[in-house]
Formats: sequence, C-alpha cells, structure tokens
Amino acid sequence: MTLFDFIQRLLGRQKPSGTRAKERLQLVLAHDRSDLNPELLDQMRREILEVVQRYVEIDLEEGDVSLETEDRVTALVANLPIKRARPLPALVNAAAAAAPPRKSPADASAPSSDSESSPGQGEEASPSG
Amino acid sequence: MTSAPARIILICSGKGGVGKTTLTANLGIALARLGERTVVLDADFGLRNLDLLLGLENRIVYTAQEVLAETCRLEQALVKHKQEPNLSLLPAGNPRMLEWLTPEDMQRIVGMVAERADYVLIDCPAGIEEGFKNAAAASREAIVITTPEVSAVRDADRVIGLLNTRGVSPVQLVLNRVRPRMMASQEMLSVEDVTDILALPLVGLVVEDEQVIVSTNRGEPLTLVDNGSPAARAYQNIARRLRGEDVPLEDPSKARKGLRARLMNRIRRTTGLF
Ligand SMILES: Nc1ncnc2c1ncn2[C@@H]1O[C@H](COP(=O)(O)OP(=O)(O)OP(=O)(O)O)[C@@H](O)[C@H]1O
Ligand SMILES: [Mg+2]
Repeated sequence: MTLFDFIQRLLGRQKPSGTRAKERLQLVLAHDRSDLNPELLDQMRREILEVVQRYVEIDLEEGDVSLETEDRVTALVANLPIKRARPLPALVNAAAAAAPPRKSPADASAPSSDSESSPGQGEEASPSG
Repeated sequence: MTSAPARIILICSGKGGVGKTTLTANLGIALARLGERTVVLDADFGLRNLDLLLGLENRIVYTAQEVLAETCRLEQALVKHKQEPNLSLLPAGNPRMLEWLTPEDMQRIVGMVAERADYVLIDCPAGIEEGFKNAAAASREAIVITTPEVSAVRDADRVIGLLNTRGVSPVQLVLNRVRPRMMASQEMLSVEDVTDILALPLVGLVVEDEQVIVSTNRGEPLTLVDNGSPAARAYQNIARRLRGEDVPLEDPSKARKGLRARLMNRIRRTTGLF
C-alpha cells in the first residue's frame, strides 16, 4: 500500500483493493457461470421490464434485474418495486364477472407481496447451474 | 491386492504457474513419508517439470507412452525416489511426442498404476483443454489450487465447474502464496473471500515462502527435509488432512497476537518481504 492509498483509505475515499477484488470477482463469476454476456443480460433485462410493465407500473429508477451467485448457484434476481397495478383489459373483463378483490398477474411471481395494498418488491429466483 | 482402492487425485488450477507442480511434489513426498505408497504422474508432457522438482530428471528412461505401447513394463517406467522409496514418478510422455494421449490411454495407465499404490497424484497441465480433460477423465477426486488473485480465482472457478459436470468428487481447495500481512490490511482477497466465492472445503493454506524456490533449485521438496519452514508444514498438514486426520487450519492473517507476531517474524525472516 502506498502512502497515497493509505491516506485515501483513511479518508474513506477508497475501498481496500481486496474488497474491490471480491466485488469484481462475484460479478464476473455470475456471468461466467451462467454463460450470459453483459449484452445478453441487458437485452433480457429490457425484455423482462417490458413484460412486467404491461401488468404493473414499476419504479424504473429502483428496479434491478441482475445475476447473483451464492454457493455456486447462480440466480436471476429481479427486484422491481411496484408502484401500482395496471388494470388490463382482459383482467377488467374477467373481474366484471368475478367478485373483487382481484389479483394482478404480477402477484403470481411475487409470493410475499400484494401489489394492490402495498407496493412490494417482486423477487423471483431461478437457479441455473 | 486386498487393500483399499487407491485415491486418485487430480491437482489442477486452470491458470498456469499457481503452484500445481510444487504441491504435487511436496504432497507426494509427504504422503510417502507417512507410509503411503504414492505415485505422482506428470500429465503435462509438453512442459514436464515434476521430475525437476523431485530431483529425478536424470533418471527418466521410459514414460507412460512406452508402457501403453507395451515396449516396456510399468515397473521399468516408474522412477523410484532414492530417499523416499514409497514415492515413484511416472511421466505421461516426453516433449518430443506430438500428440496427446487419449482420455482412454490416461484411464488405462492410471488404472495400472492405481493397482500398486495407495495414492496417485496427477499433476495437471494448465488450461482447460485436452491435457486437463485427459487428466480429469482418469481422476476420482481433485484438489484445486489457486492464489488469492482475481485471475487465478476466476480460472479456478471454471475448472471447478468442469470437474462438477464430470462427476469428479470430492473437490477440495488449496490456497497458495498467501501473504498474511497483505491479507490483514485487506489488500488481498481473504481466505474467506476465496472459500466463499469458490464454495469448496479448504484442505490447505500455503504462505508465500522463499524456501519453496530454494528447494526447487535443489530438486529436494521441502517435505523431504524437515526444515520447519511455514510452507513445508503446510504441505505436511495437507497430506495429513487428506488421510482423514483432523488438523486445524489456521488463517495466518488472523492468528493470535503472540503466535502471529512469531509467524510474521518468521515469514519476514524467510521471505524478506517486508
Ligand atoms: N508458496 C509459494 N511460495 C513461493 N513461491 C512459490 C510458492 N508456490 C509456488 N511458488 C513458485 O511459483 C512458481 C510456479 O510454481 P509451479 O511450477 O508449482 O506452478 P504450476 O501451477 O505447476 O505451473 P504450470 O501451470 O506452469 O505447470 C515456481 O517458481 C514456484 O517456485
Ligand atoms: Mg506445473
């Protein structure tokens, strides 16, 4: 560690390089293990957001679709805070016949949240190799 | 023979130069000294150097090639270590060979060797191509060795994935060239960082140690002469753990104060690093 690095660290401006190494490795390994390059992941992220947005209004600023990896299991994790459900034509028709409250399709993949009462975070994980 | 089947262990890393051959030589001698009949197989015939590390470079006459072609018997090709007769070396081939052995060749030769051994250690070539695949095909279990550096850990991860799909198990980890001081100041991936990321059980920690180079120069593995250097002890402990002995692992960057100070002094003395 050079004196400059040391001062930077004292001032909290720079993380120790070992910490950076771990962060960078975790990211690159998630991609290596899934065989998804960043470009493909980005495309998938856009398409997922597109589909989800058909059903619910999501907070694009906060939203995040990424690969995470733990114990050699890589998961695709979508963390998409829902602002509110979008009434869909199909659902509105169905709801006219059935009794409220109705559930938006997004709920199916968000086990612990109710999109109408509390804008929760849908989190879905699919293990892959 | 009525004894238990031989342990056939691949020593591999993905990245080159992280310490596979050094580990194979030292572990081979350590196991032999514990009474295990051990054969070390140099699977890298293009760039052989297990013979050099063991000081056996002038004694190689035949290789696995000739055994497979039946131009010599296995006993003729096995080079017995003079001081440690429980250890023999078998080179897979010679550098003049143009083609790799096939995976079937490797399986056959390892099968033959395993009949007369308790441990067969296969020193794997770097990379994940032919040489690695052949060696992996003949192995039951593996030790992946890496250093606490991003590129080495990334390559180790690739290799672990390939070993998993090939059903090689168990796969254990050796972390080599650990620098306790850099780890303590978090300027190096920590032991937990590496084991977390690779999710493998740790079977050994080897510090950066000048004695490794000295012993390589002489062609006398550190475990052959009890000089008590930190790396020598680390290799001996790996051998004992492999045999099922419960030898506690100590993270040199976290050792208790007195102990740590002593260790640091020793490393300082032996490596002159800081
Ligand atoms: N713990 C250690 N401390 C100091 N030097 C070491 C240590 N381990 C290995 N080395 C040195 O690192 C170099 C590479 O080691 P080695 O030849 O064992 O690696 P390898 O993985 O077999 O390489 P290759 O991929 O080329 O076969 C050697 O010069 C060796 O002396
Ligand atoms: Mg080597």
